Amino acid sequence: MNMVDLSIKIGSLELKNPVLLASGTVGYGNEISKFTDLSKIGGIVTKSLSLKPRIGNPPQRITETPSGMLNAIGLANVGVEEFVKSKIPFLKEVNSTLICNIAASSVEEYVECTKILTSEESIKAFEINVSCPNVKEGGLEFGNDLKAVGRITAETKKVTDKPIFIKLSPNVARISEFAKVVYSEGGDAVSAINTLVGTSFNIWTKKPKIKNITGGLSGPAIRPVALAKVLEISRNCPIPIIGIGGILTWQDAIEFMIVGASAFQIGTANFINPNTGLDILKGIEEYCIQTNISKISDVTASYQI
Amino acid sequence: MLIEKTKFISKTTITANTYLIKVFAPSIAQSAKPGQFCNIKVSENSFPLLRRPFSICDVEGDYIYFMFDIHGEGTRLLRDKKEEDELDILGPLGVGFDLEGDYDTAIFIAGGLGSAPFPFLTKNIPADIEIHSFVGGRAKENVIEYKMKNVLAATDDGSYGFNGNVVELFNSKLETFDTKKIRIYACGPNPMLKALQNLCNEKKIDCQLSVETVMACGFGICQGCPIEKYDGDGYLLVCKDGPVFDSRAVKL
Repeated sequence: MNMVDLSIKIGSLELKNPVLLASGTVGYGNEISKFTDLSKIGGIVTKSLSLKPRIGNPPQRITETPSGMLNAIGLANVGVEEFVKSKIPFLKEVNSTLICNIAASSVEEYVECTKILTSEESIKAFEINVSCPNVKEGGLEFGNDLKAVGRITAETKKVTDKPIFIKLSPNVARISEFAKVVYSEGGDAVSAINTLVGTSFNIWTKKPKIKNITGGLSGPAIRPVALAKVLEISRNCPIPIIGIGGILTWQDAIEFMIVGASAFQIGTANFINPNTGLDILKGIEEYCIQTNISKISDVTASYQI
Repeated sequence: MLIEKTKFISKTTITANTYLIKVFAPSIAQSAKPGQFCNIKVSENSFPLLRRPFSICDVEGDYIYFMFDIHGEGTRLLRDKKEEDELDILGPLGVGFDLEGDYDTAIFIAGGLGSAPFPFLTKNIPADIEIHSFVGGRAKENVIEYKMKNVLAATDDGSYGFNGNVVELFNSKLETFDTKKIRIYACGPNPMLKALQNLCNEKKIDCQLSVETVMACGFGICQGCPIEKYDGDGYLLVCKDGPVFDSRAVKL
């Protein structure tokens, strides 16, 4: 008997449940749909799209680290035009709420991408990636600059009526300052956190294990950091938060909601078990039943400190 | 491609550092093709975090065999599985060997653990096609001839068979195939594949290479296993576009 209201709202965006699949871990939906029923998931966030296609970084792009992995994919993507032409038709069919992640190397490019994509009816919101650690231009440069994050938020808001989420970098001293800027410039939510900059070396060759030298650390290794960042934002800024960082189980997801997340994204776990999202959905519903919670949104920021 | 909770059946030692495991995996076994691989969760907890890719060594009815060397913690955990243990396997994955085409002689060239996919391929090569296998290793104990037909061996230290590498051995026998329409299937370390690729592309020999790389997901979503296209124009993914490629498709 389904008595729990799992739906949530982020700005004007309504989701049937708080389970989102993170950008860069679901491609454009087609491969993962062979393992999981995307129509039951709250929403999927596409691989970062840039105005023009990007081939990505040379190999080696990934390496496993204790309880995590480093990646430096370099925003490999088909570009906005090809995305609209060849990826959107499939994404329409899977009938999941589609959130488009945009990465760019200038404010103008963010605006241009948003402008082109906003006319696509199937796209329900945008997640703006100002925090990719693995590309030379753009990426972290923006994510570390309060003014730039504010401008990107304000300028992209101008060209779309759809909700704008800003994906924040954890590689800053006070993440809540960035959330405040997004909030004051009209952003609808922040996604926190993107990956942490890390590296790993081979002790025999003395060379970095990934070609880009540094990469973004993801997986359970970063979960305590992510939780602390979400909590910091939650205690300092009223903006809705989408929690991300090493979620493998429903318990992890609930923990993110307790510290302030309205919704959460599953990332690295999709590489191991592409059905993680649905497993977690079942788990959080049972948690609500067990603890007499009628609305999942009541879990958000329910921390007792 | 699916996720199957399989059952560990048994383990055999092939060489001092190489093991063969047998797994009850009826669903994956049913659709597996030679040259494909599976991504195996070697532990029930999150250490190691990611799955490990293993080439499908052989299929017998509902059973799949995997052959592997002990490399690190992941392969050690796999080796130490006990009968009846559950093993979470994602597969079959990737594009395997292409058996179609105009050839009357199949030549298998394997280096070290590169012998792994050939038992299953040997079984699937049409009966009217002649098979010759060239197998190399650093020393005698690294040469894996398991279930391979018509084997000629090469060792770097000369302790067994031809003294030299397996590509040199094959090259020295090349003229014996002058009257044949040959197709090469190869698997092994990158330097070996590269030497073979150069030879085949120069002499316009039909050749398919099974390559190995680090991987996370194994089915195309993480973009972690790129391989440069031969013409240098971007990348293909080893997990999804490969692991078997035409020797004129990729840059090694």
